Amino acid sequence: MKYSVPWPEMPPEMNKSFIAFVKKEVLHILRDPRTMIVALLVPVVQMILFGFAISTEVNDVEVAVVAPHITPAVEAKIDQLSHNPYFTFKGYIDGRDIDRTLASNEALAVIVFDRDYTINGKTQLVMDGSNPNTAQTAAGYLTQVLDDTSSSGLAPGVTILYNPQLKSAYNFVPGIMGLIFILICAMLTSVSIVREKETGTMEVLLVSPIRPVMIVVAKMVPYFILACIDLAVILLIARFALDVPLSGSLAAIFILSFIYIVLSLALGLLISTLVDSQMVALLMAGMVLIMPVMMLSGMLYPIENMPAILRGVSCIVPARWYIEATRKIMVEGLGFGYIFMELAILTGMTLFLIIVSVKRFKKRLE
Amino acid sequence: MDNNDKVIQVTNLTKRFGDFTAVDSISFEVGRGEIFGFLGANGAGKTTAMRMLCGLSIPTAGTASVAGYDVGRQAELVKRHIGYMSQKFSLYSELTVKENIALFAGIYGLSRREIKDRSQSLAKSLDLGEEMNMRVGILPMGQQQKLAFSVATIHNPEVVFLDEPTGGVDPVTRRRFWELIYQASAAGTTVFVTTHYMDEAEYCNRVSVMVDGQIKALGSPAELKQTFNAASMDEVFRALARNATRNE
Amino acid sequence: MRTLLILLRKEFLLFSRDKFLPKIAFIFPCMVILIVPFATTMDVRHVAVAVVNHDPGTLSRKIMASMDASPYFTLTPVHSQPEALEMVKDGKADVILEIPSQFEKSLATGHPEAPHISANGVNGIKGMLGAQYVSTAAMQAIGSYMGMSGEGKVTVNYLYNPTLNYRDFMIPALMIMLLIMLCGFLPALNLVSEKETGTIEQINVTPVRTSVFVLSKVIPYWIIGLVVIGIAMVLAKIVYGLWPAGSLWAIFLATAIFILVMSGIGILIANMSATMSQSMFLTFFVVLVFVLMSGLITPVSSMPHWAQTITCAIPPRYYIDIIRALYLKGTSVAGLAPQYLALTAFAIVLNVLATLTYAKKK
Repeated sequence: MKYSVPWPEMPPEMNKSFIAFVKKEVLHILRDPRTMIVALLVPVVQMILFGFAISTEVNDVEVAVVAPHITPAVEAKIDQLSHNPYFTFKGYIDGRDIDRTLASNEALAVIVFDRDYTINGKTQLVMDGSNPNTAQTAAGYLTQVLDDTSSSGLAPGVTILYNPQLKSAYNFVPGIMGLIFILICAMLTSVSIVREKETGTMEVLLVSPIRPVMIVVAKMVPYFILACIDLAVILLIARFALDVPLSGSLAAIFILSFIYIVLSLALGLLISTLVDSQMVALLMAGMVLIMPVMMLSGMLYPIENMPAILRGVSCIVPARWYIEATRKIMVEGLGFGYIFMELAILTGMTLFLIIVSVKRFKKRLE
Repeated sequence: MDNNDKVIQVTNLTKRFGDFTAVDSISFEVGRGEIFGFLGANGAGKTTAMRMLCGLSIPTAGTASVAGYDVGRQAELVKRHIGYMSQKFSLYSELTVKENIALFAGIYGLSRREIKDRSQSLAKSLDLGEEMNMRVGILPMGQQQKLAFSVATIHNPEVVFLDEPTGGVDPVTRRRFWELIYQASAAGTTVFVTTHYMDEAEYCNRVSVMVDGQIKALGSPAELKQTFNAASMDEVFRALARNATRNE
Repeated sequence: MRTLLILLRKEFLLFSRDKFLPKIAFIFPCMVILIVPFATTMDVRHVAVAVVNHDPGTLSRKIMASMDASPYFTLTPVHSQPEALEMVKDGKADVILEIPSQFEKSLATGHPEAPHISANGVNGIKGMLGAQYVSTAAMQAIGSYMGMSGEGKVTVNYLYNPTLNYRDFMIPALMIMLLIMLCGFLPALNLVSEKETGTIEQINVTPVRTSVFVLSKVIPYWIIGLVVIGIAMVLAKIVYGLWPAGSLWAIFLATAIFILVMSGIGILIANMSATMSQSMFLTFFVVLVFVLMSGLITPVSSMPHWAQTITCAIPPRYYIDIIRALYLKGTSVAGLAPQYLALTAFAIVLNVLATLTYAKKK
């Protein structure tokens, strides 16, 4: 009588064929070592490169000097500047060459010493303002060095919280993780499904007795494992190569990342139901997705600076919530209690994506 | 027959991939206008051998000349004088019939005037009317294959290489396809065709049978049947393939 | 020459017949230029300050009032340092200003107790600039109430971007990003898809020369890239009022060379990969490295020295220098000669490599 059980219930052999499907997918990945190596290596290399290189720290400010009279006072100042590790003295230039020097990127700042500098101590700074932040920060540093007389002990002391050396890695590591996971996972799943559509093997799978949902899940399992390996390696790099403290709960990071990875895989699945060719799937997952993830997630640009509409849009970018929560845990050392909202939102998004894409996937079959 | 009539001359042609010898020192000749069947099981080395003759693959050892040019050293000259149709349909399916014809005819250096004439005569011989302006991808399989053949011979090449041209179509369509082959042969084009349909082998002037990278039999279908004491090419083929060690 | 024209015609027909490609090539750039500049501001214009005021005197309140009047600051008075820290943790405050209890009295003694500033360093730039702003504002306020001139001895002039608008800095960068993506991804995918459908083999048995075939793949993206840049520039003018300060020809010259570089890379990648996903991963890697390490988003000078050395091998680095200099500074081509030369060298080397590695036969 057990065969009278209605269709959606799993027949006993179902479990076996599910495992067989997972095996097939794993073999598929293992047989294509080039893709696998790339999938494993690309995130690691990116993490190392970007972790070190993406930085907004202002150092090595190249400074040129205009001095009508090179007096001992001027020379003393310049000596002080050139011994400061933040500055590189590029030499004296003529007052008429200021524009040329800045325009050709030979220097970021030009210090113009006053004719009567020895008496009044006045200087003028001409900055290359094309990058406002660099320019302002550098101007701040230079002002401190040039104007050491005015502050009679009144200048406030400054403490930097959480990130005392103002290391950019602290800020960018969570962002890079958010970017890499979503792009890699979405690309892998969408392409693997669309390829089966293109070559026609999807049809073969669909006529097998396994439920379509299971086919999809079987496809996601190996990629989930792949992404988890990436996660482990990336965290090790963050901790030991980039010195990000990972001061919060490790369990929280893992749970958060697992949800995020599943979400990214589901996003790839959704893309695969929307398009018919690998090329388009890759363009969607690799190119179109980069923009919102990079620009609207708070990875590079603070969300609170955006106009209200874009702040609204950023709420539907999953990476935003992942990055916010990861920053709280990894850098600020906060615990589970502080990331409840982010966890809830990400879980909600994941469920939504899975439901929508499975529905669409089924619809295509009819 | 003097040498000028040997359009294809192959001597000890060999191709190795690592320590795997795909084509093992084969030698044969094909005369002008001949329909030469190149038979063998899957994996016997047919396609590899054919790709060398087309200048797509460089021989590891041995020599071959096609239309008087050496395939190793003069591959680009060989390409001017041959046509090729692969087992995978490979016209641009997003382009129309007319556009595909214009593209390949143009690549072979036919003038605008010639392209126009050929298109018209093709439309007539393939019985294409409206379809000339339709995307190739939506035509039925049989028509696509006939079109691919016509495009491969659009520049009246000395030799046309056909790699399993009739895969996946019904016998009637295949029959029609062979009519095209006979027309081309009658017009002086040498036809070099691989197939695994043994009824097609009967249509060839001469056939060779490849087993495990080597040519095990060569002759007209009648000769081969006599030698192997067989009623059909199918039996000849089975007799030879029985000893094969390679599969797929 | 005629063969090239015939092959080009084919490329354009295929491009225009694709359901998706024309859209992604033209609509995507427009969307990016219209939307993204609003998001990419690293301007630090609003600093949320939590003030812990231990001083009961009037001066500290005057200072707070004058800072509160500034559009840069939102002040929230709190009672204790832990409370202020809590605000920072919740993201409600960026900077804490703590005024010591003996502040006003100590001023008279000549040994003043200075206020203390704590800034959230998680976002380095915001912490740094926020602390700097608060410090300057506090000093000015103290100075003016103490009857001192608030002016320092250093005056600062910002050239090229006098309003210090971060958007003006980012718009040229976004155009470059579009080119990197379009001209990197599309040729690679196009070529690999011909590999997968087998049409490339049909071309390979014809006498078409490799260089002609490669050109037929490069030129369409060259044209598309130039058109996209043109559209982006017009949009930037209409929407943001930003127009290059330097020569238009110089911009198009650099763009033309740069697209050659990118499509050369795309073809090289396609030659190296057998399947779509391989080529995609390689392109993806290259594109991300180009976008994130070339100085597009964060300055090259901020990178560690080994990374700065790597950037010398990243072609967009030179292109970015050129475009930003032309757009904002109006630099002459002569002033940018090294960058132009570097780009040209990349274009030549990469395209020669692309042609050499394109194997018509194996």
